[in-house]
Amino acid sequence: MSRADVLVSADWAEENLNTDGVVFVEVDEDTSAYDGGHIAGAVKLDWKTELQDQVRRDFVNKEQFEALLSAKGIGNDDTVVLYGGNNNWFAAYAYWYFKLYGHDSVKLLDGGRKKWELDGRELSKDSVSRPATSYTAKDQDLSIRAFRDEVVAAIGTQNLVDVRSPDEFSGKLLAPAHLPQEQSQRGGHIPTALNVPWSKAANEDGTFKSDDDLRKLYIDEAGLDTGKDTIAYCRIGERSSHTWFALHELLGEPNVKNYDGSWTEYGSLVGVPIELGA
Amino acid sequence: MCGAPAQTPTIPTGIDLTKETVIYGVVSKGDAAVPAAYVRLLDSTGEFTAEVVTSATGDFRFFAAPGEWTLSVMHKDGNGRREVSAPEPGLVEASIVLN
Repeated sequence: MSRADVLVSADWAEENLNTDGVVFVEVDEDTSAYDGGHIAGAVKLDWKTELQDQVRRDFVNKEQFEALLSAKGIGNDDTVVLYGGNNNWFAAYAYWYFKLYGHDSVKLLDGGRKKWELDGRELSKDSVSRPATSYTAKDQDLSIRAFRDEVVAAIGTQNLVDVRSPDEFSGKLLAPAHLPQEQSQRGGHIPTALNVPWSKAANEDGTFKSDDDLRKLYIDEAGLDTGKDTIAYCRIGERSSHTWFALHELLGEPNVKNYDGSWTEYGSLVGVPIELGA
Repeated sequence: MCGAPAQTPTIPTGIDLTKETVIYGVVSKGDAAVPAAYVRLLDSTGEFTAEVVTSATGDFRFFAAPGEWTLSVMHKDGNGRREVSAPEPGLVEASIVLN
């Protein structure tokens, strides 16, 4: 797999807004962003109400995902181009989620909404509707999703990559600083985890750094052991999807999982070890 | 639109300002507030901590912690940067004018 298979540039996106078989999908944390202006023709996915089960703490199941994509007008053969705010955090999360359910052709728009806006490219407020499809998902590919027991077992044996900011890693902050800090769980990080903030993988305009820079960052500087499997985590699994994308999709590291339970789950578990400080 | 900084930020209900350190302000250029500017909060080592987009009135807000911080702003019409000291929890106003 190469970078061109998984990332598209803003120029490519602009040239392919009306290409048959290409569907643009915006995914944001602030789900009102889409309504204020989106890429022309893009449909909206709400990560909280549409990608999460509304009762259990888990993803929607295969049948729900099939119904969702069918209603959005996304077909199995479509190339899905994902983008969003927060430097593509939730778009990367959706990318990983589409891969989890086996969608074949998914790409991220490099730089997401931010680069698009900084470039002064056009946004549309027109409502978008696509004819419904009959989407078929695969069973979840659990080779890319980690659960809590595997994470505890990975302490000291696999690469654990904590992609939160240094202040969250150390326990000084409990959430990214655009959110209130009072939380129920403890602060800190999983013992033996490397701290490689997701932001180090991105340029200031939100685009991904080059493969050479990424390799240098994770392997040479942070000491990621490429002979071992890797689990990435953050607070709720969205920033770690960004890092999962960098490691698994851009660098081609074979065994990388995203722990979507992340610190909100781990930091609330009874009896597990926690480390504080840098 | 008035370019004067908001005197108090919009804070969600239930936020305890004796515990939260809220760094807030308005991004402006000339006399006008700048919506859709990307504001980054960097920690005392210059490392990225969070990023928000300014509202229609140019407002931004972070929930940080006591310490030394830097704000860095990107917008298609200009950039800006300033340092912020937050000695204790509470409100810290830190508006930014784009160059």
